[in-house]
Amino acid sequence: MEIAQKVHHARWRYLLDRERLLSSLLLSPAIGYIVLLIGVPLLFAIYLSFTNAISGHLEADFVGLKNFRAIVTDPIFLQALKNTFIFTFVSQVIVLILAKVLALALVKSFPGRPILRFLLLLPWVAPISLTTLAWDWVLGASNSSLSVINWTLRAVGVLGPNDWIYWTAFPEAAMAAIILIHVWRMLPFATIIILAGLTSIPQEIQDAATIDGAGPWRRLFEVTLPLMLPIVAVAVLFGIIFTATDMTVVYILTRGGPYNSTHVLASLAWQRGIFGGQLGEGAAIAVFLLPLLLVVAFLMLRLARRTEVT
Amino acid sequence: MAVVETRGVKKHFGKVRAVDGVDLIARDGEFLVLLGPSGCGKTTLMRMIAGLEPPTAGDILIGGQVVNDLPPRARRVAMVFQSYALYPHKTAFDNIAFPLKAQGLRKDKIKEKVEWAATMLGITHLLERKPRELSGGERQRVALARAIVREPAVFLLDEPLSNLDAKLRHAARDELKRFQRNIGTTTLYVTHDQIEAMGLGDRIAVMHAGQIRQIGTPYEVYHEPADTFVATFVGTPPMNLIARDDVIIGFRPESFLPKEVYNAHDDLVKFHFHVRRVEHLGSDRLLYGSLMGKDDLSVIAKLPLTVSITIHEGCSYEFAVRAGDLKFFERETGLRTEAQPL
Repeated sequence: MEIAQKVHHARWRYLLDRERLLSSLLLSPAIGYIVLLIGVPLLFAIYLSFTNAISGHLEADFVGLKNFRAIVTDPIFLQALKNTFIFTFVSQVIVLILAKVLALALVKSFPGRPILRFLLLLPWVAPISLTTLAWDWVLGASNSSLSVINWTLRAVGVLGPNDWIYWTAFPEAAMAAIILIHVWRMLPFATIIILAGLTSIPQEIQDAATIDGAGPWRRLFEVTLPLMLPIVAVAVLFGIIFTATDMTVVYILTRGGPYNSTHVLASLAWQRGIFGGQLGEGAAIAVFLLPLLLVVAFLMLRLARRTEVT
Repeated sequence: MAVVETRGVKKHFGKVRAVDGVDLIARDGEFLVLLGPSGCGKTTLMRMIAGLEPPTAGDILIGGQVVNDLPPRARRVAMVFQSYALYPHKTAFDNIAFPLKAQGLRKDKIKEKVEWAATMLGITHLLERKPRELSGGERQRVALARAIVREPAVFLLDEPLSNLDAKLRHAARDELKRFQRNIGTTTLYVTHDQIEAMGLGDRIAVMHAGQIRQIGTPYEVYHEPADTFVATFVGTPPMNLIARDDVIIGFRPESFLPKEVYNAHDDLVKFHFHVRRVEHLGSDRLLYGSLMGKDDLSVIAKLPLTVSITIHEGCSYEFAVRAGDLKFFERETGLRTEAQPL
């Protein structure tokens, strides 16, 4: 009787020792989160992109590829598509170069390094909408008489008393400003990832290269960089996805202007779908990049695995 | 080929004296082993010779020239690391070719030399493989090939056998020694493994706490230890040490045998040995016990298989050491001193 009771208790007591049960239990919140908050909206957006849904109406008709056919002939969409590529590509190239330089500097030990590392992370931890507002103020995007840069240039005598530079008034300047903010924002993340990759290269390999007669440049290009390739691929992958899908910077700084010249797909989708009420068309714009980003993610992860060392 | 010399070399990391005044000469073509426990400064000393660490004080000479201010690549040294430190993204060929590329050699010359080194180490069939596709022993050969390919004046080997399994290590040791004899390059070899040191070294420098305690042939280090540290660090089991008045008397476990084993005319020092425990190790028997009548001290005796006298645990026996096999050390300093009458 007693033993039977014990066995009965034990069944419940050691339930969590079963790894399969425990692992499902621990994973379920994350899976639930992904399915409910990412999976369902994504599938819904894909569904919407094939309908003529407009906001405020519950019914929508399936229209096939009509939305897609409409947007690929729309010059504003094509401009936004081009901008998305330019912003992503240019900012990632700049981020990579700067992050690598920063990481190479920060891996060395020097006084004040912890403070510098902390400061470096700040742009990443601050909410992007707030920091973009700060940049708005720095550049004077909404009100050029408030631009920190203009006041500084005036203080040092570069600008006259009644000169104002409208930093986001021309398409080129506005695009440069958006790229600048993306770089500023992605740099900490990329630097930390590359720094982690750098510190994971065994000292003995660096020593071996030194003894083998390699100077600093040869060590960098033949040993350090190739060994960092997998981790750099991860940094680039995240950078591309974060930048290509971001709308906050464009939306707050330029609202896609001047003359729709700085729209990216995300901001255009928002404008058409939410403001314009054309849910179907907005969804088509939003999911347009999905196949391309999937391919990018696949290639990058494959590269990371293929070059995996040791 | 070259003589490697250190003169009063010191390396301090803050308050830690990793290397504390080392004078050492490795002769031309010699295989010199730096032997010592972990943290004794042997690797730091080697890194200074390689040029990876600047010494805090003292001079390092290679081929009679002070090289303190020369970068590693100008010192004509090659090093094999404990982990082999192969470049994981390069094939074996490119690993071996790397030092030659750094020298700016022509492509056909590089190919020729890589093939020469690979043939010497029997790895020509592995040249297209990446390090992760190689076994431990093969990686070690690639690392050795990378070291010899530019024909250095000095080889520095930092525990290159410690990552191999026991069986392979035996074969690799033999190979390494033959290989070094063939090419005749001055070699410094760091290890904490005394068997490796005894087997490989022309001479052994025993290090402890940043200093060299003794330099000598394996025979000298084993049979004529300069102090109690060397006496107990070299040899398994270590030398038995018994304090008596102001001296310490030492004798090797294998010199401590039942009285019956000796000839009648041997000059013997006898002990009552109480055996606590017997270990059968195949080729030997180890007897753990204590000397009675003396200071009740723990000692170990090592009986070869050829001594077939029956020994029981918990019994006492008459054991003896040849007078000539007793070593004497000063009690205060631990340094070797003259033989004294008992």
